[in-house]
Amino acid sequence: MREIPAQTIIDAVAKLCMDANRYLPEDVKKKFADCAAAETSAAAKEIFAQLKENYELAAETALPLCQDTGLAILYVDVGEDVRVTGGKTLREAINDGVRKGYQDGFLRKSVCDPLTRKNTGDNTPAIIHFDIVPGDKLKILFMAKGGGSENMSRVTMLSPAQGWEGIKKFVVQRVAEAGPNPCPPTVVGVGIGGDFELSAIIAKKALARKLDDVNPDPKLAEMEKELIEAINKLGIGPMGLGGSTTSLAVKIAMHPCHIASLPLAVNIQCHSARHEEVEL
Amino acid sequence: MAEYTLTTPLQDADVAKLRAGDVVKLTGTIYTARDAAHKKLMELLDKGEKLPFELKGSVIYYVGPSPAPTGRPIGSAGPTTSYRMDTYAPRLHALGMKASVGKGKRGEAVTKAMQDHTGVYFGATGGAGALLSQRITHAKVIAFEDLGPEAIRELTVKDFPLLVINDSVGGELYAKPDLKAAGLE
Repeated sequence: MREIPAQTIIDAVAKLCMDANRYLPEDVKKKFADCAAAETSAAAKEIFAQLKENYELAAETALPLCQDTGLAILYVDVGEDVRVTGGKTLREAINDGVRKGYQDGFLRKSVCDPLTRKNTGDNTPAIIHFDIVPGDKLKILFMAKGGGSENMSRVTMLSPAQGWEGIKKFVVQRVAEAGPNPCPPTVVGVGIGGDFELSAIIAKKALARKLDDVNPDPKLAEMEKELIEAINKLGIGPMGLGGSTTSLAVKIAMHPCHIASLPLAVNIQCHSARHEEVEL
Repeated sequence: MAEYTLTTPLQDADVAKLRAGDVVKLTGTIYTARDAAHKKLMELLDKGEKLPFELKGSVIYYVGPSPAPTGRPIGSAGPTTSYRMDTYAPRLHALGMKASVGKGKRGEAVTKAMQDHTGVYFGATGGAGALLSQRITHAKVIAFEDLGPEAIRELTVKDFPLLVINDSVGGELYAKPDLKAAGLE
C-alpha cells in the first residue's frame, strides 16, 4: 500500500486550480492560431487577436484568463494500492486544495446555494468523480467550468430509432440555439449512451481531450468530423459575430446503454478551455 | 461601421446615433450588477427606495469580477451572459438606464425597451477578462457587499472597448445561424 499525505494532494490540487485558470493549454492556443489564419471575417480575426492578447496577459500577470474561474470539476483515478494519510479523506483533501487554490490564486468563488443563492465563499464543494484503477498512483484531472457555457449544455433521451441522424440533429441544433451565449468558438463534448447521468459525465470528460487528437475509434472519429463540419457551417463564428469557427472541436465519448434508450448529452465548453492534470 | 468615443453619463443623443456593429470606446463611471444584484435593485424599486447609484444615463456592466490581486484595482472582469438579466432590463431602461454591457443574445422585451427608451446593448469580448481588466482604473463596492463577486461595484473605465450589438432602432449584430447550410432544414 502506497501512502500519500493529504497535504501533498491539497498542494497539488491548489496548483492545478491556479495554473489551469492562468495558463491556456498549448493545444488550445495552437487551434486559435490555425482557426484565425483560416478565418476570412475581419471581426473573427479581431476576436482571435484579443483572445491571444488575453492569454498572454493572464500568463504574465496574476489575473485569471476569465473572471468566471468556474466550478471546480475533478476526475480522479485512484489506484487500488493508494492510501491517503494525514487524517483526511481523499474528498476532504481535494476540497481543501480547491479552497486553497481559489483563495491563494485570487480566483472567483462561484459556488452558491441553489435556492437562497448564498455563496459558499470558498468555491467548494467541488464536483468530484472518482474511478478506481489498478496501481499505486493518483491521477487528478481538473477542469474549470464556467457557468455561461454550462448553461447551454443539455441532456436528452432520444428514441433508439432516431439513431445517428437524431444525434447529429440534436447536437447541431443545440449549438445553433446557444448562438453567441457560451462564448464561441466552443468545444463540444458529446456523450452517447450509458444512462441519463453517465452520458453527461462522459460528455464533459471528453472536453479534456487534446483538441487535435483523433478519436481511437474510427467510427467516432468520422462522426466527430461530420459534426464539426456541420457546426462550422452555421456561421455563428467567434463571439457570435460571424465566421467559419463556431467550434474548435467536437469530442465524442460512447458507452453501451439500455435496449430501450439512447441517452445523449451535449456539453458546451467556452473557448477558455481550461484543464490541467497531475499524477501523484 | 462607425467608431465613437463616449463618456458617461450617456445622453439620448449619444445612444440614438449608434448602430449595430459600431465600435465604442467608453470612458467614465459604470456599475456592475449580475442576477443577485438585479433582484435586490428590483426589491428597492418595489419599496420605493433610492437605488445605490443614479440610474439616469447609467451603464450597467453584467460582470462578477475575480478578486483584485495585490496592486491592481480589480481582477479579471469580462462580461457574463446577458439573457439572465432580461427579466430586469426593461424596467431599468424605462427608468433611465441607457446601456447594458454583456455578451450573448437579448430577448424581445429588452430590444423593444431599448427602442422605446433610446437604449443600447453593448457586447464586450467574453473570456477576455484579463484584457478588459486593463481598461478599469478604479473599482469600489457601493452596495450589497454580502453578495461577494455579485456586489454592485462602481468602476472607472478608460476607453473600455465595446461593440454595439443591439441599437435603439431594432438593429442587431449577431450572425443568424445558417440552419440550411448545417443540414438542419
